[in-house]
Amino acid sequence: MQVQWKLVFHIFWTFFKISPVTFGGGYAMIPFIIKEIVEKRKWLTNDDINDVIALSQTVPGAVAVNTATFIGYRIAGIRGALAAMIGVSLPTFLIVLTLGVSYYYIHDNPKLEAAFVSIRVTIVAIIVYAAIKIAKTAISDKTTYFIMAAGVPVLFFIHPVIAILFGAITGLIVVPLKRKLGYNIDLQKSKDEDPTINPDYFMGAGI
Amino acid sequence: MVLWELFKTFFITGFVSFGGGYAMIPIIEKAVTEYGWISAERLTNMIAIAGMSPGPIAANSAILIGYSAAGISGAIVSAIGILLPSLILVITVAAFFVKLHHNPLVERMFYGLKPLVTSLIIFAAIKFALANNMINLGISFRSISYCLIFGLSLFALLKLRWNPVYVIILSGLLGVALYS
Repeated sequence: MQVQWKLVFHIFWTFFKISPVTFGGGYAMIPFIIKEIVEKRKWLTNDDINDVIALSQTVPGAVAVNTATFIGYRIAGIRGALAAMIGVSLPTFLIVLTLGVSYYYIHDNPKLEAAFVSIRVTIVAIIVYAAIKIAKTAISDKTTYFIMAAGVPVLFFIHPVIAILFGAITGLIVVPLKRKLGYNIDLQKSKDEDPTINPDYFMGAGI
Repeated sequence: MVLWELFKTFFITGFVSFGGGYAMIPIIEKAVTEYGWISAERLTNMIAIAGMSPGPIAANSAILIGYSAAGISGAIVSAIGILLPSLILVITVAAFFVKLHHNPLVERMFYGLKPLVTSLIIFAAIKFALANNMINLGISFRSISYCLIFGLSLFALLKLRWNPVYVIILSGLLGVALYS
């Protein structure tokens, strides 16, 4: 039992140390995970990590948090999952909270206000950039293009959560339907999308 | 009551959080408007700070909005709200569906989901541009400088492949030079 808790603490501490490098997206964490988890501690193999990353992309939530939680679970069950999740979230929680508190006290500063006028425009550009990034993997044919194009005006009228459910259901209906009509749909991801092969591709994606 | 609203909002957001934090902005924006936690301009600033910090954008935004709405306890409740679904879903999937990403139903679902996530992000960009009065057809110092900042930011991200964090910081410095 003693050993078990020691392991759980090690999991927490490992992710606590990795967490602050997740600047600009959870994929920045992957090289550090491989170094710490696979090479140094030998808790998992490279193949395990590939599986974990693929699953983390499938499950809703941030890739960094999901990956950590998956790895924690693989190593030490539910306690490991919880330790990894808290470990990966705590440092960024404290950093973000510090920034939030600082903003609260100095947001009336005219220089800071001026900075944010420009930053707000840049944020719109970053969101457009995120859309372009995801469109490259999401829009593979006319059907997906249509879903995207129809989705934007529809979102002015229906709740985004409902829209997400609609999107998922559309996929479930359309794919077998198109196959029945004789269209060939390639659902396999290209090699370019594998973050372990090409981490640069994911810069800024899935944040 | 505010704490419960925060928890509920971010707990739901956590369950549908596909395709990264920016896709979740429309859900967060809707709740912010409905409950009146903060102004649209303040929300954009919070998303900017979330993007500058390490960690996931959605969780960072939740923490910052929670703090603005209800102090430290608001931040904690919002963080737990957005993280809990990940914990529940990851443990469930890890325990029962080890090869979930090869499941044909999941692959079909993502075929429809991913383009919709793209719409959500485009929608978020339009909403923010409108909320911050960025879409302005008149020719003025403001409108021209906005176009310039937008173009330069997108160029730095797409062509120069800069880290978004640096782009935000440089943009802030440019803002101080232009508008103060």
